[in-house]
Amino acid sequence: MRVLTRKRKLSKAMDEIASITLWGFNLMFLLLIIWILYTILSKGLPKLTPNFLVELPDEINIGGGIGPVLFNSFYVLFISLIISIPVGVGAGIYLSEYAQKNKFTFLLRMSVESLASVPSVVFGLFGMAIFVEYFHIGLTIIGAAVTLALLNLPVITRVTEESIRALPIGLREASYALGTTKFECIRTIVLPAAFNGIVTGICLVAGRAYGESAVIILTAGTSTSGRMWDFNLFSPGGTLAVHLWYIQSEAIVPDAKEIADKAAAVLVLVVLMINFLLRIPVWFKEHKFKI
Amino acid sequence: MKKSNLKLINTTLKVRQSNKSFNVNKFRRNFSNILFKYFCLLSSSILFITLFSIIFFIGKTGILVFKDVPLQTFLFSTNWTPEEHHFGAAAIIIGTFVLTGMTLLIATPISLAIAVFLSEIAPNWLKRIMRPMIDLLVGIPSVVYGYLGMTVLIPFIRRITGVDMGDGILAAALVLSLMVIPTITRISDDSLTVLPNEYREASYALGSTRLQMIWKVILPGAKDGIVTAIILGMARAIGETMAVVMVIGNVAQLPITLITPTSVLTSNIVMQIMNVQSDSTWHNALYMMAFLLLLISFILIACIRLIRNKGEQTI
Repeated sequence: MRVLTRKRKLSKAMDEIASITLWGFNLMFLLLIIWILYTILSKGLPKLTPNFLVELPDEINIGGGIGPVLFNSFYVLFISLIISIPVGVGAGIYLSEYAQKNKFTFLLRMSVESLASVPSVVFGLFGMAIFVEYFHIGLTIIGAAVTLALLNLPVITRVTEESIRALPIGLREASYALGTTKFECIRTIVLPAAFNGIVTGICLVAGRAYGESAVIILTAGTSTSGRMWDFNLFSPGGTLAVHLWYIQSEAIVPDAKEIADKAAAVLVLVVLMINFLLRIPVWFKEHKFKI
Repeated sequence: MKKSNLKLINTTLKVRQSNKSFNVNKFRRNFSNILFKYFCLLSSSILFITLFSIIFFIGKTGILVFKDVPLQTFLFSTNWTPEEHHFGAAAIIIGTFVLTGMTLLIATPISLAIAVFLSEIAPNWLKRIMRPMIDLLVGIPSVVYGYLGMTVLIPFIRRITGVDMGDGILAAALVLSLMVIPTITRISDDSLTVLPNEYREASYALGSTRLQMIWKVILPGAKDGIVTAIILGMARAIGETMAVVMVIGNVAQLPITLITPTSVLTSNIVMQIMNVQSDSTWHNALYMMAFLLLLISFILIACIRLIRNKGEQTI
């Protein structure tokens, strides 16, 4: 009995120690995240001026801005989303609503899963092989946007499929019972009900595409056309993420360090904003449930 | 839910009204119905076509390297000096595996500690802070991690070790760990959280402490999910490019010490592809490296599928 009690005491002590260690460890990790965000933002934000956001980058002199690259970031993101949202959502609808259990569906699922795991640099090389070497259009915004769209497709497909699958089957049955066709059922019942999930997924993808750099370097290059508001799809389209890499490791501008600090702060700030947007539908949902 | 019910009624009304001009509408409705089906089919075929054209394009160009370089040299020689026509990728391949191994060695214990804490110990308010914070880490662009590595971590490593460079496996593994931890943590956390509460209650009823419950019941119970999480983390570590490029040094040599500048597949591709002529052996060798990356990621996906199938069989 005494041995047992001693053992029990020992395991209780171990339990206490483990709990305290885990608490301490996790609080440290939380502090680490906060410290990282603080480091990035505190280095860049104080020096940030509105001019920096719209001015042209300079290769030699002090005082270059990030205007065209910031514009390209959003422009490439926007075009890639225009391409990937209809296709990705369509594929998600097919997999959840139409696909029968056969070999073709199995192959489709395999390709979605495999595509999702293909490293982004391989997508970049693929885009380069097609747009630069096959079509000979050089490093362009459109090449980057299409490649980025392909990179994001599997994620949008999976998110759409999952959020449609989560809907109760009764919704669909009720709609069919009223005589709607499958398309009307999907358009008026299924998609609105799965809207929140799909939007959350798209926001996630947008954040990823916005920060993606390997694909952009290989398909759009590191430079820009050197003009602000250049909507030409065939001009080179270095984005902010690429510019940060370029300025940090390759550039010869004297104030490269300061530009890098500011560019990183802007990058993270936009990511924080996208994350905030992401929370809104979730927040709405929770709020609705409470009422 | 209520909103969709309303929509349902609206649709019905529309359908009823449309019955009046039955024939024209019926044709239009059927037509759009079929059109939409084919649109969805087309979209999903695009995914399928993309995958196969990636394999085809990368493989087709990559395989050309073996015209000039024998397979053994490419895989087993550590001499990568393309300027002098030596194309041995072994050092780079080994670098990739060493870096991935180091990353997992650092990231796995940390991620598991966080996942266990989140699912078993943390009070609800802390969960609500920590989970979004960890998700936020996923969203930060990889160049920002690379930038942090260059401006904070590498000077720190220089100061501690006294070397001039500081680039290498250690810096890259630390940066990558930070990027992989959220992936492993969130998936393990999910698979721990979905375990039925009966497991925990039964374990407590047998008189175990919380640590014993976690160690002997919860962790083994979620084993499959945790292994899947680690494999997905591994896939992310192998495929990560820009953050690694910025801190690894980009010299194609064996990683003899943790602070030797070295190179991995992804970084080597990105740094060199811009400067080579297409159709050269060098160009093809880089595509072959990309093909190796593809192969590795497919093997990892196959492992995950195996684990999932095994799990379905036991249930």
